[in-house]
Amino acid sequence: MDKLIYLDNAATTRTRPEVAEAMAPYFSEYYGNPSSFYTLAHKSAAAIKEARDIIVESIGAQKYDDPEKYDVYFTAGGTEADNWALIATAEAYQDKGKHIITSAVEHHAVLHSCQYLEKRGFEVTYVGVDKDGIIKLDELEKAIREDTILISVMFANNEIGTLQPVKEIGAIAKEHGVLFHTDAVQAYCQVPIDVDKMNIDMMSASAHKLYGPKGIGFLYIRKGIKTKSFIHGGAQERGRRAGTENVPGIVGFGKAVEIALANMEQRAKEEMELRDHLIKRVTTEIEEVSLNGCQKSRLPGNTNFSVRFVESESLLLDLMSKGICASSGSACTTKSLDPSHVLLACGISHERANGSLRMTIGAYNTKEEIDYTVDCLKEIVKRIRGLSPLYEDYLKKNK
Amino acid sequence: MYSEKVMDHFQNPRNVGEIEHASGVGTVGNAKCGDIMRIYLDIDDKTGIINDVKFKTFGCGAAVATSSMATELVKGKTVQQALEVTNRAVLEALDGLPAQKIHCSMLAEEAIQAALWDYAEKHNIKIEGLEKPKTDIGEHEEEETEY
Repeated sequence: MDKLIYLDNAATTRTRPEVAEAMAPYFSEYYGNPSSFYTLAHKSAAAIKEARDIIVESIGAQKYDDPEKYDVYFTAGGTEADNWALIATAEAYQDKGKHIITSAVEHHAVLHSCQYLEKRGFEVTYVGVDKDGIIKLDELEKAIREDTILISVMFANNEIGTLQPVKEIGAIAKEHGVLFHTDAVQAYCQVPIDVDKMNIDMMSASAHKLYGPKGIGFLYIRKGIKTKSFIHGGAQERGRRAGTENVPGIVGFGKAVEIALANMEQRAKEEMELRDHLIKRVTTEIEEVSLNGCQKSRLPGNTNFSVRFVESESLLLDLMSKGICASSGSACTTKSLDPSHVLLACGISHERANGSLRMTIGAYNTKEEIDYTVDCLKEIVKRIRGLSPLYEDYLKKNK
Repeated sequence: MYSEKVMDHFQNPRNVGEIEHASGVGTVGNAKCGDIMRIYLDIDDKTGIINDVKFKTFGCGAAVATSSMATELVKGKTVQQALEVTNRAVLEALDGLPAQKIHCSMLAEEAIQAALWDYAEKHNIKIEGLEKPKTDIGEHEEEETEY
């Protein structure tokens, strides 16, 4: 393969070979349906239990002796878990009230679920964030009403990597008797999470962000919370999420969590070193570049820059030609033409939001890769700015 | 995602730059996508032939490529011929664009017309078939997805 530098670990990660190996027997060897009667099926059921136990422990959730009891439900991914948490909870608690609070910087899995609910008679308050992307806790608390049934705030932001004060949000929710859901897709196994200590009632996560397979996630639902079945059609996942379990995916998820938890501290340390090196070089060696997000409260591997006078996609195309995979939260890169709602919510101008560049570091990246990337980026920014009428105007103004 | 021709014009854009004392300059912007395109024309007053053309574009790969192609299509042409360089002509010359990027080719057409309008105004002439360009062409109706 040609040179490939993967700096898009917030989008997805490489499945660890150990994880793929652990999954392999569950395709053609232990292919039994976990719900079936015979011994072959028991193997699958036992594998699911083993993976679930690892995950339950990883978030400090309650363990039960009864194998039929658990609070971690497997889903087809983080998006499904978010949809479930929002929509089924709203339905289950609509007699108490129809008001939901979330933040302005959520992933679309949450935002679009909220829009769906708004069309069905629910009211949603979108609490703002400061320039670092941190939710305004006083606004959050003020937004709570008699009829508020749920607060949903992400653990860490997918674009700018800002970590939210989850423990404080959990405390506020508890004090007011409101349920608290957090989308922890970006944070799970990157930073320590304890659902009890943080008063998290529901939590979404996904395997492929932590070197596991795609297509598998979970929703944690604290015992005692009413929820409606989200997928109907069988007794799987205690009847709440029907459908034959994705056994290889669940096995891979368990294995990925086991590894990611064991090396979390070391991995975070290494990623932070690379991250800070990348931030330092980019912001000192390229003029008119700013770092988006928070300096301190940030995911270990996240960087997000605004490069003035250029548009993100042109940067991404040139980076791609150098074998570097990066992303942006901006216009034109995806099918959506709107600039990043996250950057705009942080008060960043359209112009700067259009020039955003996200590079997210993972376990497999090296310092050499980061240095090569910065060297390339310097040339690329120079070339793209040479095409930019905005840069031309800027130079004339500053002559 | 992009055709080879688009990538070629993005990576090796033709006619990048500025023209001092240009006969006409047109800058158009697309607020929604954040593209801004500026085209400079050097037109021979007697023959009405576009001797030189330069551009600067802030925008995505498609925006840069359409600007580059548009300048190629108008260079050496008369003002009247340049008016015939429509977004469709630019699109065809680039072997097409992804659906969500079609609006970028609109921008190239607008930029040429804005530069021609500027030329006509400066020289107090009327160009047959040229209408005052809009300054922003980005707000055309789009299909909304409902969640």
